[in-house]
Amino acid sequence: MTRRLHSRRRFLRQALTTASAALLAGCDALSNSSWFPKVLGVAEHLSRGAHHLLTSRRSMAQEFTEADLSPQFRSNGTANPEDAAYQALATQGFQDWKLEVDGLVGDAAQFTLAQLRAMPSRTQITRHDCVEGWSAIGKWKGVPLSHVLALVRLQPEARYVVFHCADPMWGTPEKYYESIDLEDALHPQTILAYELNDEVLPIKNGAPLRVRIERQLGYKMAKYLMRIEVVSSFTGIRGGKGGYWEDRGYEWYAGI
Amino acid sequence: MPGDAAHHAYRRHSLLVRITHWINVIALAALLMSGLQIFNEHPALYWGKSSYTGEPALLEVKGGLPWGKSSETGKPALVELESKFPSWMIIPSGQNLAMGRRWHFFFAWLFVINGLVYVVHSIVSRHLGRDLKPTRDDWRGIGRSIKDHLLLRQPRGEEARRYNVIQKLAYLLLIFGLFPIVVLTGWSMSPWLNSIFPGWVDLLGGRQSGRTLHFIAAWLLVSFVLVHVFEVVITGFWNNLRSMITGRYRVSPEDRS
Repeated sequence: MTRRLHSRRRFLRQALTTASAALLAGCDALSNSSWFPKVLGVAEHLSRGAHHLLTSRRSMAQEFTEADLSPQFRSNGTANPEDAAYQALATQGFQDWKLEVDGLVGDAAQFTLAQLRAMPSRTQITRHDCVEGWSAIGKWKGVPLSHVLALVRLQPEARYVVFHCADPMWGTPEKYYESIDLEDALHPQTILAYELNDEVLPIKNGAPLRVRIERQLGYKMAKYLMRIEVVSSFTGIRGGKGGYWEDRGYEWYAGI
Repeated sequence: MPGDAAHHAYRRHSLLVRITHWINVIALAALLMSGLQIFNEHPALYWGKSSYTGEPALLEVKGGLPWGKSSETGKPALVELESKFPSWMIIPSGQNLAMGRRWHFFFAWLFVINGLVYVVHSIVSRHLGRDLKPTRDDWRGIGRSIKDHLLLRQPRGEEARRYNVIQKLAYLLLIFGLFPIVVLTGWSMSPWLNSIFPGWVDLLGGRQSGRTLHFIAAWLLVSFVLVHVFEVVITGFWNNLRSMITGRYRVSPEDRS
């Protein structure tokens, strides 16, 4: 009986060690396979579908009070774009900077910072939730993207808005970009922000202009905007997944 | 082994309970390990609406955050951990937040759907009312049941056919307490779900409190599993394991106690 128990125990221990090692290796093999991440990706569509069932196009992200403001709004990703053209614009206080808006629009246009500042504005105190897990609360002022899109007139085939940025990523020539659908683009809280906490948007937070998309995670909210392109599909752009991080495995839908 | 003839076996777990149990085992293991991967990306916990409230962090890993103190207050966190979770505890085993999130949300959906199937089935099949709801006698015998558990005394015969009161309460707390809490605190971190009813996340203390509670709930689940597996082992490992695979559970005769 004791011997039997002993061998049983030894067998169990060996089985557990082998099984856990195999399990871990198996999980990594699954992650590296071509098919399994696609199966896992089903969750992104389920989440997006469920979230859209539970909310309306106009459901608003929570807004906070001045008392909730983070003492300073931290920078993440690029803090100062290593790009000669951007730096030249920055030394001039972005006087010569222009936002290009083109693609599937009736009247492609360019807007200076002064022109954007003269447009109707929205001020909102919202929470920035980073995919990494931290949150910061800041006060943003900017022009609603819906206003700018109305000026250039969307064509009927328009489905997505792509943001092209000035910042090259991690010393490579590849610049940041992002995309959202029209529901988010026309949402009242989606603004092109030029002020943070009552001051001119600092370079570390995306000067001269960054987008706020308050119902999604931070990586959707592109900084250092140079061009807004309206498209019917983003599959032909760059990596085809709709954003710098999306091309590197992150979900395009970042509402979770 | 005592004479098998003296034993009688009966069907302890229905097929649906067995299937949902093992799906839960897989889903919870994947959720824990991918969750620790996600934690490792920003190894600090806070209390409040944001991470930067002017108050120090609740917990942080020393040197885990490249920009220095996680809360940016210069004050140390309440709890400091020496290191992040090791590679054998996380999925994938290297630092890969994007893949960790894919695993986490896939298995979160599996876990929620599986849980709903179990609860609906338990109500319809009366598993909940018959096997899990404590009876009046159960409540009266709760003191004895606690003593039995502490002394590791096992029920025999007819007694062993049903769940004891501590067991019932543990399962009910798990199914209707801890599971909903872990799901709700998970939802509290979603900026989109935040907009269903702006402000609901503050009922948990804010998004960063929700994240902290999610972390605590996950470890409470781990402690449940440890006690659960301990009880499974000491109350007849193979018998229990078989009953959760084939459904058949053997009851030893009363006179053996």
